[in-house]
Amino acid sequence: MRLILRNLGFYLLAFWASITLNFVLPRFMPGDPVSRMFAQAQGTMQPDQIAQLRTLFGLDDRPLWEQYVSYVKSVFTGDLGISITRFPTPVSEVIGSQIGWTLLLGGVALVIAAVVGNLLGIVAAWRRGGVLDSAFPPLLIFVGSFPYFWLAMGALYLFGVSLGWFPLRHAYDVGLTPGFNGEFLANAATHLVLPALTMVLVSIGGWMLGMRNTMIATAAEDYITMAEAKGLSPSRIMFRYAARNALLPSVTNFGMALGFVVGGALLTEVVFAYPGIGYQLLMAVQGLDYPLMQGIFLTITAAVLLANFLVDLVYVRLDPRVRVR
Amino acid sequence: MTAIEIATATTPTVPARTSRRRGLLRQLIDSKKALAGLTLLALFALLALLAPVLAPGDPSLINSTGSQAPSAAHWLGTTAKGQDVLALTLWGARSSLFVGFTVGLAATGVAIVVGLASAYFGRVVDDALTLVTNVFLLLPGLPLLIILAAFLPPGTSTVILVLVVTGWAGSARVLRAQAKSIRGKDFVAAAVVTGERPLRIMFREILPNMASVVMTTLLGCVIFGIGAQAGLEFLGLGDSSVVSWGTNLYWASNDGALMTGAWWAFAPSGLCIALVAFALALVNYAVDEITNPRLRNRRARRERRG
Repeated sequence: MRLILRNLGFYLLAFWASITLNFVLPRFMPGDPVSRMFAQAQGTMQPDQIAQLRTLFGLDDRPLWEQYVSYVKSVFTGDLGISITRFPTPVSEVIGSQIGWTLLLGGVALVIAAVVGNLLGIVAAWRRGGVLDSAFPPLLIFVGSFPYFWLAMGALYLFGVSLGWFPLRHAYDVGLTPGFNGEFLANAATHLVLPALTMVLVSIGGWMLGMRNTMIATAAEDYITMAEAKGLSPSRIMFRYAARNALLPSVTNFGMALGFVVGGALLTEVVFAYPGIGYQLLMAVQGLDYPLMQGIFLTITAAVLLANFLVDLVYVRLDPRVRVR
Repeated sequence: MTAIEIATATTPTVPARTSRRRGLLRQLIDSKKALAGLTLLALFALLALLAPVLAPGDPSLINSTGSQAPSAAHWLGTTAKGQDVLALTLWGARSSLFVGFTVGLAATGVAIVVGLASAYFGRVVDDALTLVTNVFLLLPGLPLLIILAAFLPPGTSTVILVLVVTGWAGSARVLRAQAKSIRGKDFVAAAVVTGERPLRIMFREILPNMASVVMTTLLGCVIFGIGAQAGLEFLGLGDSSVVSWGTNLYWASNDGALMTGAWWAFAPSGLCIALVAFALALVNYAVDEITNPRLRNRRARRERRG
């Protein structure tokens, strides 16, 4: 319990740090980025809206600490300001409308990579020195050397442009209206395949190697020898005895990866023009839409911290040793 | 992951300093992996240095019709604008390697200072520095990079600064763990008792004894630097007038090289990044194997035990 409380305090501190970073950046950066933004936005906005934005970015005359307090307050009440590129939609609404696609893409890729990677790791460790164990790790290290977005571009070129198997961009065909009907779901699924596949390709190696290494350590335990001596079937030992205990570090990794689902798909979304939150972040940067940028950054940070906290909770349930400490 | 493994594993086996220093270099050259990696790195460094000789003139100059496939005149074809891809790739090596190694050195430097200070002073200093390190580890890297790069004025120095800010924390954690175990050794206590200054103890007594860990973190940081620079520039957040592998990819993607089937415009730069990263990884594994007996003799040890 104390461990959880301590970690909770730490996560709150980290969140506070990112809010403060958000507060500090537009106010103390050289080159006055905010003025650039206003120069661009002047034409489309009402005077009182500009005044409101000025307050948000500290261009009013209040003392700094007062601005800081009101900024923190507005973040915690969910008021992240108004998007400039999508004026006059509030930032929280823009994020809300797009986070679903990110969660879908990141979630699907994460689950596939984690499940398949862990299974491969289990088998590789169980058959040490076999084909899977000796050929895969160097191959995965080599694949891991490539910049992720470059592999994604290659896949897009090969399977999208040259072979024409998969659609090139976006999450569904233009002209379709989103809805829970067969046609739309099938269309969204075909758009999902390529981005998700490239994400699985680059992340599966980490899962496999991690699982393989802990499996090797677990397989050397006495209770495995005992199980063998009892004459249990190899598959039962492999999954019920060894893998079950070796899975613990993977749970931690899964939680951390869960947090990175929101921000981690950024490059994928950019390459495939997938309408998620990461793609929106880049669009916001290009459009000098600072409120939206900051809002997305805070959302991503919050997701990471929340996922870490959930892992702590799950871990206490799974590992009795943590409860004792 | 490997770096953390070393941090915990090399500690007990620190042989005499002089023999080991000579030994590490010689062993590196003896190791096939390291030799291959070092050769590859040297080749890229040479190409980068010789870029003005091999491809004279401004590489971004438009001197041909656009989107030509590789031919005798343009070995790697031309971009959609009509620039020579080979020249862009050669010149790109200069910026990419420079930024990569600068970021690697600077991030490792910050990590060393933080790690050593944490381990040497302990208590409040350690708590505070560990807290800061953990916060930086927890904040999502790529979005933070983007936010910082968006607010700062664009340019190579911004890219370097931003990458150092986001890249030091992981190394600091590893180095702190290693320095802490050395801090507990008798010779450090002896140095404290004889009244040596803290800076001298940190850098002359503790640091030389963790040379191999520093080496692996440095290589890791360089890999991070090169990859992250490319990612940042690919997103258009670097200085797009500088020729580097990242900006090459940015322009290739912007000019629609993918859609027009001009694979030669984006393939070379990506391959170069991958080869450099792979070469660094090879050297890294070789250092691991040499300094970490566990990795080297894993099979032998298992057989003995079983």
